[in-house]
Amino acid sequence: MSGIGDDMLVDGADETMRVRFVVNGRKVACEVAPRETLVDCLRNVLELTGTHAGCEMGACGACLVQIDGRAVHSCLMFAVQADGARIDTIEGLSESGVIADLQAEFHRRNALQCGFCTPGMLVNAHELLSQVTRPSREAIRDALSGNYCRCTGYEAIVDAIDAVAKARVEARVEVRSEGGSAT
Amino acid sequence: MSAPLTSLDRPNSYIGRSVPRPNAKRLLAGRGRYVSDLRLPRMLHAAFLRSPHAHAKIISIDIEQARALEGVHLVATGADLAKICTPWTGTLDHFKGMTSAPQLPLPLDRVVWAGQAVVAVVAETRAIAEDALELIEVEYEDLLVVVDIDCAREVGTPLVNPGSANNVCFRSQLDSGGVDDVFASAAHVVEEEFSFGRHTAVTLEPRAIVADYDPGSEMLTVHHGTQTPYQFQDLYSRHYGIPEARVRVIATDIGGSFGMKLHVYHEDMAVVGLSILLGRPVKYVADRIESFVSDIHARDHRVRARIALDAKGEILAMDVHDLTAIGAFSTYPRTSVVEGNQVIRLIGAPYRFKNYRAALEVIFQNKVQTSQYRAVGHPIACAVTERLVDMAAAKVGLDPFAIRERNVIADDAYPQTSPTGYRFEALSHQECLRRLHAMMDYDALRAEQADLRKRGVYRGIGIATFVEITNPSPAFYGVGGARISSQDGAIVSLTPTGEVRCLISVTEQGQGTEAIISQIVADQLGLAQEHVKVITGDTEVTPHGGATWACRGAGIGGETALQATRVLKRNILEIAALILQEQPAALDIIDGEVVDAATRQQRLPISEIARIAYFRSDTLPPGTQAQLTVSHHFAPQGYPFAFTNGIQGCSLEVDVETGFIKLLKHFVVEDCGRIINPMLVDEQLRGGVVQGLGAALFEECRYSDTGQLINGSLADYLVPMAMEMPDIVIAHVETPTADTALGAKGCGEAGTAAASACVLNAVNDALTPFGATISTIPITPAKILKALKRF
Amino acid sequence: MKPRAFSYFRADTIDQALNAHARAGDDARFIAGGQSLVPALSLRLQAPRLLIDIAHIADLRGIRREGDTLRIGALTRHCEMLSEPLIAEFAPLLRAAAPFVAHPAIRNRGTFGGSVALADPASEFPAMTLALGAEIEIAGPSGSRRVKADDFFIDLFETALQPGELITAVHVPLFRSGQRFAFDELARRRGDYALVGCGILASHTGDRIDDIRIAFFSVGNTPTRVKGAEAALTGFTFDAARIAAAQAALEDDLAPPESDEVPPAMRLHLARVLLGRLLGRLGEGA
Repeated sequence: MSGIGDDMLVDGADETMRVRFVVNGRKVACEVAPRETLVDCLRNVLELTGTHAGCEMGACGACLVQIDGRAVHSCLMFAVQADGARIDTIEGLSESGVIADLQAEFHRRNALQCGFCTPGMLVNAHELLSQVTRPSREAIRDALSGNYCRCTGYEAIVDAIDAVAKARVEARVEVRSEGGSAT
Repeated sequence: MSAPLTSLDRPNSYIGRSVPRPNAKRLLAGRGRYVSDLRLPRMLHAAFLRSPHAHAKIISIDIEQARALEGVHLVATGADLAKICTPWTGTLDHFKGMTSAPQLPLPLDRVVWAGQAVVAVVAETRAIAEDALELIEVEYEDLLVVVDIDCAREVGTPLVNPGSANNVCFRSQLDSGGVDDVFASAAHVVEEEFSFGRHTAVTLEPRAIVADYDPGSEMLTVHHGTQTPYQFQDLYSRHYGIPEARVRVIATDIGGSFGMKLHVYHEDMAVVGLSILLGRPVKYVADRIESFVSDIHARDHRVRARIALDAKGEILAMDVHDLTAIGAFSTYPRTSVVEGNQVIRLIGAPYRFKNYRAALEVIFQNKVQTSQYRAVGHPIACAVTERLVDMAAAKVGLDPFAIRERNVIADDAYPQTSPTGYRFEALSHQECLRRLHAMMDYDALRAEQADLRKRGVYRGIGIATFVEITNPSPAFYGVGGARISSQDGAIVSLTPTGEVRCLISVTEQGQGTEAIISQIVADQLGLAQEHVKVITGDTEVTPHGGATWACRGAGIGGETALQATRVLKRNILEIAALILQEQPAALDIIDGEVVDAATRQQRLPISEIARIAYFRSDTLPPGTQAQLTVSHHFAPQGYPFAFTNGIQGCSLEVDVETGFIKLLKHFVVEDCGRIINPMLVDEQLRGGVVQGLGAALFEECRYSDTGQLINGSLADYLVPMAMEMPDIVIAHVETPTADTALGAKGCGEAGTAAASACVLNAVNDALTPFGATISTIPITPAKILKALKRF
Repeated sequence: MKPRAFSYFRADTIDQALNAHARAGDDARFIAGGQSLVPALSLRLQAPRLLIDIAHIADLRGIRREGDTLRIGALTRHCEMLSEPLIAEFAPLLRAAAPFVAHPAIRNRGTFGGSVALADPASEFPAMTLALGAEIEIAGPSGSRRVKADDFFIDLFETALQPGELITAVHVPLFRSGQRFAFDELARRRGDYALVGCGILASHTGDRIDDIRIAFFSVGNTPTRVKGAEAALTGFTFDAARIAAAQAALEDDLAPPESDEVPPAMRLHLARVLLGRLLGRLGEGA
């Protein structure tokens, strides 16, 4: 994608470019206009509508996806910038099962109402728990500080993440103790 | 035929049980189907050029360059759409004397607020449509702008609507008589002027609509992010002259509504017209910037109120003046005066006093319209009442709990009629007060507060009682001429495999409508909830009804489902009785099996009844016609509204040097009658409380002197976020309404109703040592520091 | 809310980026993290003909010691300020400021160089370069140069950067024993732009302040060092009287702008409160 001619600078403004990503574990190539944000590309070109656009300025967190393993606002980058990146959306995270426990706990505690913020909340929760094993409730609220939810009042979301963190730690302890008894 | 509703130990007893929402799993997997996700073949995208002026004459519009842009299909002005759409007026007959100017999708010659849509562009993509907007030239001539409410009321002030006598939309008065005399002789009188900022719903999914007119079948299909598809079916039909049967409105998943998405918006009406003009699907999703300048706003009240008490602290009378500014039009079809109307009728509602007087003035100005948004009027009525009661308590020398215990209507004194004319069937203020006192550990909180104060830490404790309006009858809109139903309809079927499908007119916005309806159906029929499929939100499929507003889904929709299911059960048992040679009364259904009512011995699965009825009706006795689909409607009768009540408390800390407020904990005791799903009720309350806390501390649409919204983005308009919100403890008192078998009332607005009042009281409590008071919402650091004279 | 059309070029080297800028007749913008630029484009507040992606230029990456300074590559992401051991050890003030920069997902993508280049007067990091006495390393058509942070911020969103220049790194003097730092801000909500914020780096001999650099943000058109307050403290200890003198000096040091929500007098008051609290912490040995 590097290499640029003068003609492109002058006339190529709305010409599409070919970009390649690995989206949800699958190689994808698509044609996008440079001005197309990643969230629009995911939703409109790749039909991954689980990623939502709430403010288009990075203030609501509805559009969070993972880029190369980190949570990023897909409204705050253009699809062309993500050329070559690994992108994981709510669809892929659901299918791979890595957030199944979070989803189950959100469901059990009704940590969602309209569901529009939920994919972003889950992406952020997933990132938090991959970095901090047992975050405090304060740390969970802090991590969610950029994810807007108008429906729930947040408490059930915090509870759900808290419960999953606890369960994961306990599961690890159990595995370790089982491993210990086996040897 | 039915066991008591509350007995949770009987089989299939779902009423009163916390079960997760069946439809939430797909939302968790990113498989929601929101209107903003929708893509139809040959679909085009609309964008709107908006007025930069709050009030101006349109001199000319040049659309030629925009029309010539590659990818643009249509550029339409007000005149183009006025040819096919009839105007609408946001008045209702029961608001005597109210006025509002007729509205069209796009204006013909004058803009009345900054952000009003002026020209529509339809193009291949939204980006191209926005490119075209930049090529349109509109010449405006500025007119005098009416922004400030005091200015709007002055004699000789510029008029929002030329030709009218003044900027008054509506005036109303209530007077039970004797108010002046009571105030003249009262031992104590307390008075305050309150102001409440304008705020707005900020649903996470903005307004979204896809209009799809098919000229071949002359059929209009509108995929609409709304709570009220039937209302819009009626409106699109009438204003575009399409027979109702050829208008279909589909309301699928929606990213929040809170009342905001049940009003007519100019852009939405325009999109329907654009689709008719093009004969193709046209999609419009408001972006966030557009949402702030075009979604309805709410509140924006200034209330002067006083309260009279006797020497012992008994409330004798209240006297209220509410002034509210609603923008340039009254919103259609529900008007913009309902909030003010509810403010003056709900003030003082929890208390036992006789003399009440109130005046309401609703004023036009050059801003976007205000209208009904979650907890319409309640937060204002509650804050005014509860702050005055706290002020009175301080004056009389009573604790906030004590003055309320002394004055609330006693739990055993119902029915009661309020001095404003509301009829209360049965409320539970005394029990709620007792529960809250215990739940907060109030005495310990007060002790801790006193202790911390000595160390320069200023905590505040606030409580607020409230009354909420739910389950509205036709008295709400129907009597005013609005074609907004207060009844609901359900079609319940036993399917050939023995499952149950329920099509119902109440709609789902995530509050759990489909979940509670399936709980009620499963409970009443006697089968597992997973065998009940609930379908909502499609005017061509679901029966006509009021849908969702004013906390009516559980109370009215739920009762509809209950009654319909009872009929279906009777029909099933009649067939079962024929097959089994029994009396229907001797049979019951448990877990999808027909059983002996007395012994619970299994006799026949209902799937077998379905099989016989649908495929082997020849084996039934001659003359038998199995009715395994039941269509049923229910309209509330009895009390015009099912009032609910409750009380909230909060604990917070004020940093008296910075003016920052830290919310520590919030408490709610609430009585919404029969609870169908406690978890969902709690989550309604929590979400509602946080909306109220946002209003209390953060949210306000701020305008410049020239009528420009100056904080119209999600970076500048502060919504409540996770870090600043407290945990919320909830308890319930259950006083079912006797008007229905189900006994449920609403709960969706209770949280919002009292949360900001609690915070107002708590902040004032915290500031007591400084002699500083706050009477405006939102309570910002600037207001606190000003009150403390820190700058 | 869709941007105007533009062309996109991904540069592999600094030279490629600079050349592309020049060839676009300077009607171009560099984009790194894009966390501020993308919304500006989406809102059509800016509409360059060309966007030059510098996020893949290896020379702009990395954090390393160079003599007695720490060279922080322009592409260092905000989240790395929290995770990189070199930052924690040698530039702990940046680590202290980082959690206050927007929200986690923004920190995952936003870059240090981008933040300094944008010079938002309400941002944490530009002001911290002042408190740290950092130097900004710049590459441009006429070669490389270094500008002291004190000379870098000129006016509202205006810096010493010339058209076509980009920041390649920021050099920060290594944190050493005998230094103390403090950071805090007053924001309505976590991650919001602060009503006022402040970072301080002080050098001590015992309790005596040999040198102190105090930088505020959200107080005017640029990040602002408060030299009157610094002078009131230099050579003294953190006693109540000196703290009060420093607070009083802010009246001359700061000229907060008119604002409908935070009047100048209120901002000045908050700045004083914040300064008092931070100096109090420093006095306790923070």
